[in-house]
Amino acid sequence: MKLLEDILVIDFSQFLSGPSAGLRLADMGARVIKIEKPGNGDICRELYVSDVKLEGESTIFHAINRNKESYAADLKKADDLEKIKILISEADIMIHNFRPGVMERLGLDYETVKSINPSIIYSEINGYGEAGPWKDLPGQDLLLQSVSGLAWLSNNNDTTPTPMGVAVVDILAGAHLVQGILATLYQRTVSGEGALVQVSMFESILDFQFEVLTCFYNDGNELPVRSSVNNGHAYIAAPYGIYKTKNGYLALAMGDIIVLSELLKCEGLKLYTDSRDWFNKRDEIKKILADHLLKCQTETWLNILEPADIWCAKVLDYDALTKEEGYKVLDMELKVKTSNGLEITTTRCPIRVDGQLLLSDKGAPMLGEHNRQIDEEFILQQVQIKN
Amino acid sequence: MKNLPLKGLTVLEFSQYLSGPSAGLRLADLGARVIKVERPKTGDACRQLAIKNLWLDESSLLFHTINRNKESFAADLKNPDDLEIVKKLITKVDVVTHNFRPGIMEKIGLDYASVKKLNEKIIYAEISGYGKKGPWKNKPGQDLLLQSISGVALTSGDMDHDPVPFGIAIADIICGTHLVQGILAALIRRHKKGVGAFIEVSLLESMLDFQFELLTTYYSSKQVPQRSKLNNGHTLLSAPYGIYPTAKGFIGIAMVPLAKLASALECNELKKFHQQDAFKKRDEIKETINKHLSSQPASYWVNKLQQHGIWSTEVLDWLQMKNQEAYKVLEMEQSVRSNGKEFITTRCPIQIDHQKLTSTKPAPSLGEGNAKILNELYNATA
Repeated sequence: MKLLEDILVIDFSQFLSGPSAGLRLADMGARVIKIEKPGNGDICRELYVSDVKLEGESTIFHAINRNKESYAADLKKADDLEKIKILISEADIMIHNFRPGVMERLGLDYETVKSINPSIIYSEINGYGEAGPWKDLPGQDLLLQSVSGLAWLSNNNDTTPTPMGVAVVDILAGAHLVQGILATLYQRTVSGEGALVQVSMFESILDFQFEVLTCFYNDGNELPVRSSVNNGHAYIAAPYGIYKTKNGYLALAMGDIIVLSELLKCEGLKLYTDSRDWFNKRDEIKKILADHLLKCQTETWLNILEPADIWCAKVLDYDALTKEEGYKVLDMELKVKTSNGLEITTTRCPIRVDGQLLLSDKGAPMLGEHNRQIDEEFILQQVQIKN
Repeated sequence: MKNLPLKGLTVLEFSQYLSGPSAGLRLADLGARVIKVERPKTGDACRQLAIKNLWLDESSLLFHTINRNKESFAADLKNPDDLEIVKKLITKVDVVTHNFRPGIMEKIGLDYASVKKLNEKIIYAEISGYGKKGPWKNKPGQDLLLQSISGVALTSGDMDHDPVPFGIAIADIICGTHLVQGILAALIRRHKKGVGAFIEVSLLESMLDFQFELLTTYYSSKQVPQRSKLNNGHTLLSAPYGIYPTAKGFIGIAMVPLAKLASALECNELKKFHQQDAFKKRDEIKETINKHLSSQPASYWVNKLQQHGIWSTEVLDWLQMKNQEAYKVLEMEQSVRSNGKEFITTRCPIQIDHQKLTSTKPAPSLGEGNAKILNELYNATA
């Protein structure tokens, strides 16, 4: 039996944060119905990235929304809203990521929804919380990275603030939402009580930085200083970082500089016998190491370092990674098919349950693809009873 | 206020460092009782791992940050007497987590099959580095190495930069997050059906999942992500997406049609470019924007952009952020007291029924809970 079998999720969210939460719930066995605006639907359907489209829709829409159903409804129309309320009365979980106030205006805020379905888990993602001067600002990933100090942690000290190249705020907020949903759903299975679960992108990206923010809070508010050479982590000593070799790149994590100097036959490092200097003088240590590592190929260094249990790895791009046996053996690629025959390769859910991969070949829905089915299953009968 | 959602559940945490313990921290903040099972004398290796040489007591501030709101039970799993006690403890708990390398728990006799015999309904959750088969299974599951192998180091920074790792332990954190998801979903099934579960995640699978948008695009296009030459924000996104220097300070600009941007910035040069070239010519476009922005400070530009409804902001460091009303109103900081010493850390980011989940309970000293836990185990009737 799937972990979330018989759980019905009504998902009003768009773009990535909320929909990535819906995707995880779907992969763990829930039935997820996207409620979309007639005409264009989830704005992500038209968010083309790097000019890659699949059947006129963006590749990322298909990646984020596979394994879901789509119900098109105009929430500003009384008839449609009535249908949605019927659907909500049958649901276990509701998700949205509208800005604060929108659901209140539509009449689908928690208090109203709770009066329809007292045991529902009502969950929402916003940008900056419900209070305060930023509450109406757009909750967009790059902007959250910019205001949260995150952009000052990656890349070398002489470079401009560097955002992380994956939508880390959206993804973490979505992941935290899943945690809150599942914890309260667990509580509901025990006590029958529903709950309101709220996550903001701002709080999620602060939580992501909890280790280094805690340093900052307690060290007299000193700002992080990125390493000037091969920065890996602003708070970690040499050799931590990625180094260029004769034919590629080598990553070195935490390690003993003296041990490294012997293994790599790097004379210049031998002077640094005081381990406190590995942090205080990390730039000069890393410069010596960087010059030395340029002399040989990555594999040469790995053949020396790996047998000595030094934490190291080569740096791979997707072409190199996907050719590795260590990648293939994970069976991470998942083929899905939409109802009109479009086939897409994406990644599967990263969680294994009872030794099994969680797989689904169901592609993303066309806009409103499931209206008829859902009307028949949940709504028509209810509407007739009411009339 | 009603109970925390996981009240009444007990988690035995055999995990060390960050990935597993960050999962334990989240479960603790959601209401579970989390007991760390630690080696006598040294304990979780993270106790001795300090960043920036910051210590609270005999353990690092880092350890205290990750392990607040937990208890500690010291036990030597290689000592048969201790192992017997731990096995008895296992019969009383709901969840076990560990992040040992593959094979270790089998050697100790605490692998899932053995633990299931002790406690049929246990949720047994484990983190590995690279999965449990294949040529990488015994490699060290360390964050920077996972970033390097999984391709993520080639997503940030500009085209002529060396690979740029994320300056936060993304692999550990995202994987711990996935572990929590699996554990919670399994607890729901257990309550309904009375069955336990075996939950497995790996740092590598979590990192691939994290990049699912980029990888799906790659599978379809066969083109590895190319960082833009300047102001790279996201390899898949068109100009202007990125962070830009100004005369004073930096600004982030997200997705916006070029014409709209040109008129907001009053930048005639930018009007030469067509929207359909926003990806193809992103380097030239970004260079044009760069030049234009150098004449005025960040606040000037953000003001103009926001007047036009364009998604943009000044880039803040933590000091600037801390002074913002929007930061203060979140009340994200909480104070934790440990043996008379106090430190400030962040709280759980999830709010339930408008309640913030806070806890002042500090990280335990090594073996601090032994007497209490043994008493519960052998003397209590419950």
